[in-house]
Amino acid sequence: MNDLNDGQEKNLNVGSPFAISAQKLTRKFSELTAVSALDLTVDKQTIYGFLGPNGSGKTTAIRLLTGLLIPTSGQVNVLGCHLPQEANKLRMKIGYMTQKFSLYEDLTVKENLQFISRIYGLTANQQKSRISELLSTHQLTQQSRQLAGSMSGGQKQRLALAAAVIHKPKLLFLDEPTSAVDPQNRREFWEQLFDLCDQGTTILVSTHYMDEAERCHKLAILENGIKRADDSPQNLMNNMPAQVVEVGASNIRQIKECLIKLPQVISAAQLGTHLRVLVNKEESNPIALLQRQPCLNDTAKLAIVRPSLEDVFVSCTGQGMTQ
Amino acid sequence: MKTSLLRIQAIVIKELLQLRRDRMTFGMVIMIPLVQLLLFAFAINTNVRDIPVGVVDHSQTSLSRVLQQTVAATGIVNFTRSYHSIKEAQAAIDSSEVRAVLIIPQDVSQRLVRHPSVGFGLPPSSKQETSRPIAQWLVDGSDTVIAGSIKSLRSMPLTELLDKPANRNTATFEVTLLYNPEQRSVVNIVPGLVAVILTMTMIMFTSAAIVREQERGNMEMLITTPLGSLELMIGKIFPYIFIGAIQVCIILGLGYWLFDVPFNGGFAQLALATLLFICASLVLGLVISTIAKNQLQSMQMTIFILLPSILLSGFMFPYEGMPLPTQYIAEALPATHFIRLIRGVVLRDVAVIEMSFDMLWLIAFTCFGLLVSALRFKKTLD
Repeated sequence: MNDLNDGQEKNLNVGSPFAISAQKLTRKFSELTAVSALDLTVDKQTIYGFLGPNGSGKTTAIRLLTGLLIPTSGQVNVLGCHLPQEANKLRMKIGYMTQKFSLYEDLTVKENLQFISRIYGLTANQQKSRISELLSTHQLTQQSRQLAGSMSGGQKQRLALAAAVIHKPKLLFLDEPTSAVDPQNRREFWEQLFDLCDQGTTILVSTHYMDEAERCHKLAILENGIKRADDSPQNLMNNMPAQVVEVGASNIRQIKECLIKLPQVISAAQLGTHLRVLVNKEESNPIALLQRQPCLNDTAKLAIVRPSLEDVFVSCTGQGMTQ
Repeated sequence: MKTSLLRIQAIVIKELLQLRRDRMTFGMVIMIPLVQLLLFAFAINTNVRDIPVGVVDHSQTSLSRVLQQTVAATGIVNFTRSYHSIKEAQAAIDSSEVRAVLIIPQDVSQRLVRHPSVGFGLPPSSKQETSRPIAQWLVDGSDTVIAGSIKSLRSMPLTELLDKPANRNTATFEVTLLYNPEQRSVVNIVPGLVAVILTMTMIMFTSAAIVREQERGNMEMLITTPLGSLELMIGKIFPYIFIGAIQVCIILGLGYWLFDVPFNGGFAQLALATLLFICASLVLGLVISTIAKNQLQSMQMTIFILLPSILLSGFMFPYEGMPLPTQYIAEALPATHFIRLIRGVVLRDVAVIEMSFDMLWLIAFTCFGLLVSALRFKKTLD
């Protein structure tokens, strides 16, 4: 019975376009359900994002998909390996960059990379060429003799990425890789990721930055361990269950207080001199609805604008809160 | 297999690099055996000398003073105080001013003359009178070693006192002391110190090994790699085998040069015995490391193992003197077996193979411990 299943699975995966497929993946920590019935398919050679606030189950989901945690229930198949049974087989094929810097701070950059390359069984010659190649791609050649602990956040992050891809994994997991990095470094980091993706690597990245999420090919919005939405950023914005109205006025704080009370309004957030109001899509004329409100006077300018990813995020997770 | 060796090598190199950067620990490798050997070899002495004692001299004769000098000449005691009454003397013992008091009675000369050991035999007297001792010791008996030393004075010969050959009895037994004829404690202590110092440093190094990786967050990275638990465990203990060997050389070398501890056994035998013990201790540390949640806990557990290793292993007190249940506990400790082995090798030139029970026990302990720690160390975060 088991043999039969395994055979089928392998056949399915040879031609499978998916790097990851999970059905009803659930993980409970005593009372808390960190990941709840997560269905997931990640196409090969894409960058897939987990977007969610802290505590939304991003890290737990990644740990489940890397075989570091055993699921309470559900099916996971990563690169043709059935988890958790084939977790050991999977380890050679994946790279994992942890949220916290987890290389040795009391070793130099080069020593860290040498350590990891030995762990992955690279021969002495392979080590040499691979390490010098990685040092130059990740701009660490000058720091190669520096202790990892004494480097800046951006340098540490580049080192961590270099270490995670030293064995050329087919699938790369990045858990909030840019949380300790300035915007300039973040841009360069994403350039590296697109290069890797171009070379055939599938990348799964978790983040709570909207701009970062927008770069992903496909995105899952997580909240309280539940997947709220799942599509490409563009589709998510197009199919958003709300319309965005921008209100320009002088007394924005008061307007916000009054609009937020309306049942059709999902949220209202101030952006400088404007108020961004999310109105339920079922409302056919949102501008008329808002203009009827007594707190808005005639000088207020109202306009329907293109939704951003943040609006998607707020409308998805906001729904969860009101329900 | 080849990749497995490469992974072990990776861990070994990493441990050595970290150790080289950790100056404090590196210094401890040398300083712990050095300081402890000098300290203990000089300090621990079971032949007690110069115990401070007092005297209550009721007789105040030249004889009583000669008696005091004769006793002091043994070197065991040192008369530091003189008291007028027994009450005063007892108070002095209570307050730890002196450990014992010699009470010389008024009639000390009559007692001495009639004492059988002096052998005048004359003038004839009642049996009760002849059997009276010359003087009395009041001893603080709480420390058995000190009490024993003073008890050994009970039948000291008084030949010099009267300038007359005493009628000493022929001994019941002839005793020949092998291996340590001069009865120097240091001969027994230095090989034992090897066991104590190795227990301390080896367990301490590895007990923190796994916990430290967890505390610093490196474990999360390690478990995503193909590194196996057994590979990690072997890689972790390997560098410390050399460190243990360095420490043994320091202790035995200094013992030989400074304290004249004989070195009778072969070098290969010593190396074998030490290697077995170092492995057993390192593995014990690893087991601790897989149980402890942080470095403080691992340190507490190390001390929990260290104390019985000092007190029950035969290092301080003879194994034979312990009650049976305690002997079982002592048998479980690697230090007990190693102390037997190293004393055998260093002092008596016994081959390790001749003490096969102790040898096999250390081997079994190492294998079992390695297995337990590899099984306990899980490659998941659950």
